[in-house]
Amino acid sequence: MSAYAAIVWRELRRAWSIGGLALPVVFFLLVAILFPFAVGPDAKLLARIAPGVIWAAALLAALLPVERLVAPDVESGVLDQLAVRGLPDAGVAAAKVAGHWLGFAPALLVATVIASGLLQLPGEALVPLLLALLIGTPGLAALGVATAALVAGLRGAGALAGLVMLPFAVPLLIFGATAEQPGALKLLGAVSLLLVAGCPFVAGAAVRMGRN
Amino acid sequence: MTRLALEGVACLRGGRLLFEGLDLALAPGEAALVSGPNGVGKSSLIRIAAGLLSPAAGKIEVEGEIALMAEAPALDPELPLGNALGFWAGLDGRRGAVPDALAAVGLADIARVPVRMLSTGQRRRAALARVVASGAPIWLLDEPANGLDVASVALLEGLIAGHRAAGGIALVATHLPIALPDAREVAL
Repeated sequence: MSAYAAIVWRELRRAWSIGGLALPVVFFLLVAILFPFAVGPDAKLLARIAPGVIWAAALLAALLPVERLVAPDVESGVLDQLAVRGLPDAGVAAAKVAGHWLGFAPALLVATVIASGLLQLPGEALVPLLLALLIGTPGLAALGVATAALVAGLRGAGALAGLVMLPFAVPLLIFGATAEQPGALKLLGAVSLLLVAGCPFVAGAAVRMGRN
Repeated sequence: MTRLALEGVACLRGGRLLFEGLDLALAPGEAALVSGPNGVGKSSLIRIAAGLLSPAAGKIEVEGEIALMAEAPALDPELPLGNALGFWAGLDGRRGAVPDALAAVGLADIARVPVRMLSTGQRRRAALARVVASGAPIWLLDEPANGLDVASVALLEGLIAGHRAAGGIALVATHLPIALPDAREVAL
């Protein structure tokens, strides 16, 4: 158990030290700022599209750090050293998911409060949105790690990552952006749980395949 | 009891058969020196023994923990050397072994220097320090003498000898001469 905690901590530390934390959050805020410029200052319209905009921005922000999640550890032999110590690849991937989520989700939630102000989102809609992000971001983090493992070592990995990841994130987007509808949060939770449960195995299998 | 045994192992890489029918059994205190020209499958053999690569045929029996020194250093470049090694020693439950291991490879003075500032030879010795700190009875060393100066190669030979004297096993793949007394020769 302590081995996994050490991996989670290492992920967090690396996210902080490489500035991998600030970048997605700033990017997220920039996307949120662009929308009022693009669609105009109509407060009603902005408030209506705000949850969708924030979810789309969160999705794109989650895509940014994908290239540094797994590929550097494959290259530097870290994943091999972990495997030699008898840690299963899927377990390592699960720890990476946890570390990645802790690295970007809390900051993203804070940034969402700012973005919702820019988008004129009414206060009573903010809580469901934050709740939806809290439930959906673990799924997003898991998807990010699985994508990172799948594209690790490929040429043009960054562009490919978007193609792999975004389609699978559509269910999160649909249920997350309509969080105030009855049942949406439960479906969001189901999708997120499915991703969190399944993605570590996908990532682990991808890492194993990469060794051959 | 510590043991490393390969039975009829074959290695297939990129559709090419690198070697087959390889038998090797090492008991405590024994070592094997894998030699041969570039591309003959020395590193693949080490990775097969480490369980990172599955052999095309044959089987591997390992009893005891493994410490691997591969080509990649697997040390976080932004961390001070001591901390980067501490991460791995922590996983092995031997965080206290880092200072001694650094001293054993002659890097005690630069424990606080970030890994990215180290030279090639220092990086190799740092990777060796991780093997020493792990306390694992089975050492798998892939080209451990690469980038080392003459004095460091002697240091490496001494560390392997000490490890064997303490009942450890060493499987060493190298194209550079390393003196391993009474080591099994595996020519690929």
